[in-house]
Amino acid sequence: MNSPLNPSPNAPLNAPRVIVVGTGPAGVRAAQVLVQAGLRPVVVEENARDGGQIYRRQPLGFKRPYTKLYGSEAAKAQALHRDFEALRPHLELHTDTLAWNLTAGELHVVREGQPQTLPFDALLVCSGATDRLMPVPGWDQAGCYSLGAAQIALKAQACAIGRQVVFMGSGPLLYLVASQYQQAGARVAAVLDTAPARKSWAALRGLLARPRLALRGLALMQGLRRAGVPLLQGVSPLRIEGDAALGVQAVVVKDARGASHRFECDAVGLGWHLRAEAQLADLGGCQFDFEPLSRQWLPRIDSDGRSSQAGLYLAGDGVRILGADGAEAAGRLAALAALADLGHAQGQALHASEAPALRQTLARMDRFRAGLAQAFPWPHAQAASLPDEAVVCRCEGITAGTLRHCVSELDSHELNRAKAFSRVGMGRCQGRFCGHAAAEVVASQCGLPIEQVGRLRSQAPVKPLMMNTREVQP
Amino acid sequence: MSQGDLQDSDVLILGGGLMGSTTAFFLRQQHGLSVTLLERELVGRQASGTNFGNVRRQGRELFQMPLANRARAVWGRVKELLGEDLEFVPYGHLRVCYTERQAAIIEQHAHDVRPLGLNLEILNARQLQQRWGIFSPGVVAGSYSPEDGHANPRLAGPAFARAARRAGARIVEHAEVVQVERDGLGFVAHTADGRRFRAAQLLVACGAWSKRLAEQFGEHAPLDPRGPQMGVTEPLPYAIGPSIGLSSPIEHEGLYFRQITRGNIVFGGGLKGPADAERVRAASRPDNILRQMRELRRFVPAFENVQLIRVWSGIEGYTPDWQPVMGHSARVNGLHYAFGFNGEGFAISPGVGETMAELIATGQTSIDLSRFAIGRFAGAVARAA
Repeated sequence: MNSPLNPSPNAPLNAPRVIVVGTGPAGVRAAQVLVQAGLRPVVVEENARDGGQIYRRQPLGFKRPYTKLYGSEAAKAQALHRDFEALRPHLELHTDTLAWNLTAGELHVVREGQPQTLPFDALLVCSGATDRLMPVPGWDQAGCYSLGAAQIALKAQACAIGRQVVFMGSGPLLYLVASQYQQAGARVAAVLDTAPARKSWAALRGLLARPRLALRGLALMQGLRRAGVPLLQGVSPLRIEGDAALGVQAVVVKDARGASHRFECDAVGLGWHLRAEAQLADLGGCQFDFEPLSRQWLPRIDSDGRSSQAGLYLAGDGVRILGADGAEAAGRLAALAALADLGHAQGQALHASEAPALRQTLARMDRFRAGLAQAFPWPHAQAASLPDEAVVCRCEGITAGTLRHCVSELDSHELNRAKAFSRVGMGRCQGRFCGHAAAEVVASQCGLPIEQVGRLRSQAPVKPLMMNTREVQP
Repeated sequence: MSQGDLQDSDVLILGGGLMGSTTAFFLRQQHGLSVTLLERELVGRQASGTNFGNVRRQGRELFQMPLANRARAVWGRVKELLGEDLEFVPYGHLRVCYTERQAAIIEQHAHDVRPLGLNLEILNARQLQQRWGIFSPGVVAGSYSPEDGHANPRLAGPAFARAARRAGARIVEHAEVVQVERDGLGFVAHTADGRRFRAAQLLVACGAWSKRLAEQFGEHAPLDPRGPQMGVTEPLPYAIGPSIGLSSPIEHEGLYFRQITRGNIVFGGGLKGPADAERVRAASRPDNILRQMRELRRFVPAFENVQLIRVWSGIEGYTPDWQPVMGHSARVNGLHYAFGFNGEGFAISPGVGETMAELIATGQTSIDLSRFAIGRFAGAVARAA
């Protein structure tokens, strides 16, 4: 592989080329550090506007106030948007641009069919997260959305996913989105949490790392209860009922005592925390480690966000799910680390002075993350107990039974093997939404610990690429 | 496992790709010899699992035709042999071109292969358009092989290995061979984790990694690892039966595609990507991918509006004369080779397996393998030295 024309990173007069992918909290704070250090970073954003997901900006022309859009987080959202506006003249912004591939020293992007190769000395990937989904029998019917998609519909388009919505899953986003729907005037038919109501001491200790945030979560739950929304904890999802003509019509669960409940609805929002969008890190050859608490593979980073690949830095929910505040701190720290590594004098000084406090902030947030993962666990046993006919991979219509057949009849004791035999994870989403659950089904059928069946390897393009994409113009 | 555990069989196969797996299967099924197959990681990966999946006979060197015909016969009964169809569909193979000059070559080829048992139908631009209606006006002619088709390479190698195991072969995965030596009774293979396997006959079928083993026995086989550049689109309504290739002397024009019954278009061709056999890495180059898209749009304009969802590569072994190394060792009794299939091995693999099994079991084969002998490179070494 030919490496591009890298100027010596130690030459102070030769400004290093730094790229930031993503303009959520991590990306904006990373770009801010780079601009403050006198660089002119290239910033690549997949959406039409900056802001990312949690502080997603409404389309131009929409005029809802910050308090209505972002609730208790309005001030932070406003500050982030304002700060990015101020940075705009000092950076090269590519919006509506997909970073579709990554090779040694080069990021490959495309905008409306026009590709470009962007060489870099340092790349900061702040790619964010998407919902982590656990299959439920019947979730492949029309009217099933992820919690994130339900929130985007509200934030971006001011519309709800249904008139009568059941939210099911676990984690903070479950209560946040349900509250936002309830406040926006949608009828929330039920909030169904798979996590037990009683939290372990270890979980509570972790949550106390950010007491205000923990209290805010409790307040959301109380608000929903006061509004008369049925709120069940410790449920086992049984099925989503519906038909081809009308889509989903009801959600049936078993409560902690074993009693069945049926909630009528015309839409369902599902989600169990988030999963890192780590495809670019994977394509870049970064090492991944298994994180036992959340039972997922995450790119390896050091305390400052350096990946295992020189010049490649990872920050925000795309590498550790610490939430928006954590992403802001991680973005700043990773950019400082990049500057320090590039031999940038001012960056080295700033890194030396700021890094200890930022690391401390991140460590506290990581304790909170661990607490959340314990308080609202990924219900992996649910994957093991899925009926054979339940669809796991919605793109390709691959059932739990097909995956189990791959293990028991075709000797696939590794996830990519099961993919090769069954097509699981081979559809439009490339396993981003089914990969974790598929791994659980395969592992339980093999009788192996989940980390021993591996993880789906990422392959380019990061997201589908139109075949009308032209060639790079020299 | 202790050094004392020496496991004996009649034949030892190194490499669990398609060539090794099919040979193991036919050794059991037709000759009843005891077989041990050692695979470094999992059977049926790299060149065997990442290729295009063509079951194509046309366009090959004429001396490959007996092998290709033998393979096609196996493809036709693969379901009864293995209990699964490997998604083999005999919906034809179509080879088209952009120039009259290439059309003449295609026509000559049709004439040449007829006595060898392959009947090709020559089609002009109008006939191609009437029959498939997808090609750009630049496509001027083609030849259609109605009995060929395509299959799923992800399934084929592992299925042959499983069938071989059911028939009594010992298939050992995660067995990396670090050394092969000879004792009085035959070849002894040592694995990285200390196991030892012995047999009087040895087949080297390690794809791009075979060169090192051949050198251990004093034989030279120039072998260059390269990576095919493969891609797949989102699913479309199922409409295209045959596997379709563009025949061109210009390397980047030479594309091929097929539609699987799920609806996706699988494609490949053009320039190869880099591959590193030692590090087991093969890359899809971004510029190759974008060039393939350009050529696919030129070939079938409707592809313009389709989404590419995945690309991949693997490690294939290429020889200077684009012919495989297949047959007896020129120097060592009981040693055999089947490797270096130049990205064209999938279609003929069951024929290679059946032929190698015959050769190992009986010492001879009905198919002339002289053009594939490893000894053909010995002169080149001498000249280079």
